[in-house]
Amino acid sequence: MQVTLTINGREVSRDVEPRQLLVHFIRDTPGLTGTHWGCDTSNCGACVVLMDGTPIKSCTTLAAMCVGHEIATVESLEVDGELDPIQQGFHEMHALHCGFCTPGMLMTTRALLNENPRPTDQEIRTAISGAICRCTGYQNIVAAVRWAAEHEAAFQQEI
Amino acid sequence: MAVTEENLPSPRQERPIGFGRLKRKEDARFIRGQGTYLDDIRLPGMLHGALLRSPYAHARIVSIDTSEALALPGVAAVVTAKDLETLGLAWMPTISYDTQAVLAGDKVRFQGQEVAFVIAETEYIARDALGLIDVEYEPLDAVVDARRALHEDAPLIRDDKEGQVDNVASPTWEAGDQEATDRAFAEADVVVSRDMIYPRCHPAPLETCGMIADFNPETGQLDIYNGNQAPNVHRTVYAHVAGLAEHMIRIRCNDIGGGFGNKVPVYPGYVCAIAGSIVAGVPVKWIEDRTENLVSTGFARDYIMRGEMCAKDGRITGLRVDVIADHGAFDSTAQPTKFPAGFFHICCGSYDLQAAHVKVKAVYTNKAPGGVAYRCSFRITEAVYLVERMVNALALEMGADQIDLRMRSFIAPEQFPYETTTGWTFDSGNYAETMKVAMEIAGYDDLLREQADKRERGELMGIGVSFFTEGVGAGPRKHMDILGLSMNDGADLRVHPSGKAMVSISAQTQGQGHETTFAQIVAEELGLPPEDIEVRHGDTDRTPYGLGTYGSRSTPVSGAAVGVVSRKVRDRARLIAATMLETRPEDLAWEKGRWYVRGDPEQGAMIEEIARYAYSGEPMPEGMEGGLDAQVIYDPPNLTYPYGAYIAVVDIDPDTAQVTVRRFIAVDDCGVRINPMIVEGQIHGGLAEGIGIALMEVITFDAEGNCLNSSFMDYLIPTALEVPEFELGETVTPCPHHPLGAKGVGESPNVGSPPAIVNAVIDALHQTHGVTHVDMPCTPARVWAAMQGRPEPPQ
Ligand code: FES
Ligand code: FES
Repeated sequence: MQVTLTINGREVSRDVEPRQLLVHFIRDTPGLTGTHWGCDTSNCGACVVLMDGTPIKSCTTLAAMCVGHEIATVESLEVDGELDPIQQGFHEMHALHCGFCTPGMLMTTRALLNENPRPTDQEIRTAISGAICRCTGYQNIVAAVRWAAEHEAAFQQEI
Repeated sequence: MAVTEENLPSPRQERPIGFGRLKRKEDARFIRGQGTYLDDIRLPGMLHGALLRSPYAHARIVSIDTSEALALPGVAAVVTAKDLETLGLAWMPTISYDTQAVLAGDKVRFQGQEVAFVIAETEYIARDALGLIDVEYEPLDAVVDARRALHEDAPLIRDDKEGQVDNVASPTWEAGDQEATDRAFAEADVVVSRDMIYPRCHPAPLETCGMIADFNPETGQLDIYNGNQAPNVHRTVYAHVAGLAEHMIRIRCNDIGGGFGNKVPVYPGYVCAIAGSIVAGVPVKWIEDRTENLVSTGFARDYIMRGEMCAKDGRITGLRVDVIADHGAFDSTAQPTKFPAGFFHICCGSYDLQAAHVKVKAVYTNKAPGGVAYRCSFRITEAVYLVERMVNALALEMGADQIDLRMRSFIAPEQFPYETTTGWTFDSGNYAETMKVAMEIAGYDDLLREQADKRERGELMGIGVSFFTEGVGAGPRKHMDILGLSMNDGADLRVHPSGKAMVSISAQTQGQGHETTFAQIVAEELGLPPEDIEVRHGDTDRTPYGLGTYGSRSTPVSGAAVGVVSRKVRDRARLIAATMLETRPEDLAWEKGRWYVRGDPEQGAMIEEIARYAYSGEPMPEGMEGGLDAQVIYDPPNLTYPYGAYIAVVDIDPDTAQVTVRRFIAVDDCGVRINPMIVEGQIHGGLAEGIGIALMEVITFDAEGNCLNSSFMDYLIPTALEVPEFELGETVTPCPHHPLGAKGVGESPNVGSPPAIVNAVIDALHQTHGVTHVDMPCTPARVWAAMQGRPEPPQ
């Protein structure tokens, strides 16, 4: 079937099997391999993207279900060479080791900050509890989200 | 991206150079989603592989019919053991001198074993085809309990091995002095014993295992893309197994989504991908799914241990250990030592024992093979768990404080280098000091008071201590090798005319930050900015030979190689600088980044200037060719021995038996820290894994050998909600024989944390419920049973 999605503001159209998972549809699009896959059971969060601003697990979503929706992946975060504060925060606070969970974590926490610009540590931990990081022990991910929240708040004040 | 650093500026310039909290260079691609993991690689004409796996733990294969699968449109080939036999690839050697079936031909020996390999146009079609392969099995009695495997009437698992009449994988191996140990026990005031299990668990890196094999029939060149922890060793193994010339094989690792020991072995899927590419003549990609990763690739631990420990005059004096190691169906234990149980006999711990004696026997069972060192140096984790549990059992019996008993029994600083009773030479340490730092951070006395208050109120709080010494950085030739290869690592450093440098290493990062740390080593030694130093790794064609990254050996071995090669370049630079400055080399002195004339510091040459000169065609020192580069192979004289003091504070819900790790204090002494930020990150990650092992991660089987933890639904990995904010501390005792004074650290937290947590659980329940033992993982069900007087081991 012909499936047409909007990914990072661009229309992508392809003839796919109805059973094709969104994660595969995205990854088959040139330049968009940042969205990862890590489990068979919707537990790990490596595949998280935003659908109309809400984080979803793209491994548990059919591409066909997303027709007419806006998908945003990790590749959309940097705009005109400017990193998103959440990306900068992950770098500043050493919130990644192997980097495999990072795209999913970035999208999950970007959505959190959009909704709740000043989350508590517990709120951050709850927000990322649907995702697994096998490397970092989460402490620096929490610190990175805090870093991003603080920098966004400071930026807001400036303007 | 702004690169920020906070560390000391070099003496001559306002630029940060060398060791310190440098932000990672590799982050730039990962935070943009631009890493290149295996599945991100797509080659023209590439086909996709999928493995059919056995539903039975033990069954004879009567027949395999692949005709329907072959008829499915899009399927290119179906490979079975018969086909592999013609290529001589049906069986492969393991690192532990056993053999393992690539595809099962005679019978299957564990659930999830590889039976057939389908190659098709897409992964979807390949997996569809698996359902069309018709295998007739004749089920056999399965053995999942290692103790039962030793019974006379147990079915024989390895009937493929000539002369094998039972399920013993390796006969009893001993270390230490039995007689002296008997004497220590006879003279002791107190003796305790415990039976305990270090259950089977799994490294489960977030990226599963896989390979792309690209065999070019015209040139005979085999290109392999495969995230593994030891690319050079793998290449040698493939050359050996497939009978290909080693220089015609190139392995590229690119980015790896975590390893933790899981990506050390060669798996049947890899051999299938290679065979598939040879058969199909096009690139073949095979990537396992999560269930395949959990049920078939390298598990860890699975040690059934009995420990006895004794004390005299208030000090620990002796230890006796008897172990049955469960290797699963094939001994593919990833361990390079000449000892059948790896480093397990380091189990005498950090204590000045009178004597110790260790016995280990290994058996085959109908379970997945492995025994990989999951963030561990070859059974050190099991050893540390055993001894640290035993110390607490002894303290309990003696009515002694768990820290006091340790303090009284530690090897004293003046005893180093210290020869343990089981034959290890610990290089350096000041254990009591490290323990004290941990007590301070924890507020140990306050914790004891808090615990007493809570007990009054019926709340269950436990404090658990562990103190570990590890031996990491494998290792000296006399004790270890892999298939006859000594455990060295190479480094190749080139300083280009522009002053930019490239260092090629044989260690392979899976997230440890080598591109930053190794650049910092060169920066520290040569005074070049780390951002000007490119670290190249993970490509056998473009890096020197070396044995890879596992067992915390990157910094101890490869890091040492980079330190030594940098100094070699620096020495060369000195000779060239002397010619440039028209003086003698011995009249030059070094400050970071610059050789200058002793007594006339204004006269000098920056390393960049020397590099430019070295390629300029100007006169060179007598007998020297141009250029500024060097190569070394580093042969470690000994292991490095990091250590640490850990304190866990747990709360247990009296109604649900749910254990919560409320605080975790970790004080590590890993010698000199090259990048403290990365070191602390490693410790955080290892502690989270340790909490998982202690509380929730386990691979179990039912009586028929069905794996009960084959997905992340039931193999539980801690999320952000199960781990606390860790409280870290450090002491620094430089390693005396490492060029940089560094020791390994990656695995320490995983090794040290499980015993601290289990000790805390027992501590919480001892007074109120009389609990003296509980096995991992301390799930609510198991802790509840222990509270009711039924401490039940996992299956
Ligand atoms: S891939 Fe694991 S949750 Fe989607
Ligand atoms: S950084 Fe490796 S899984 Fe999170």
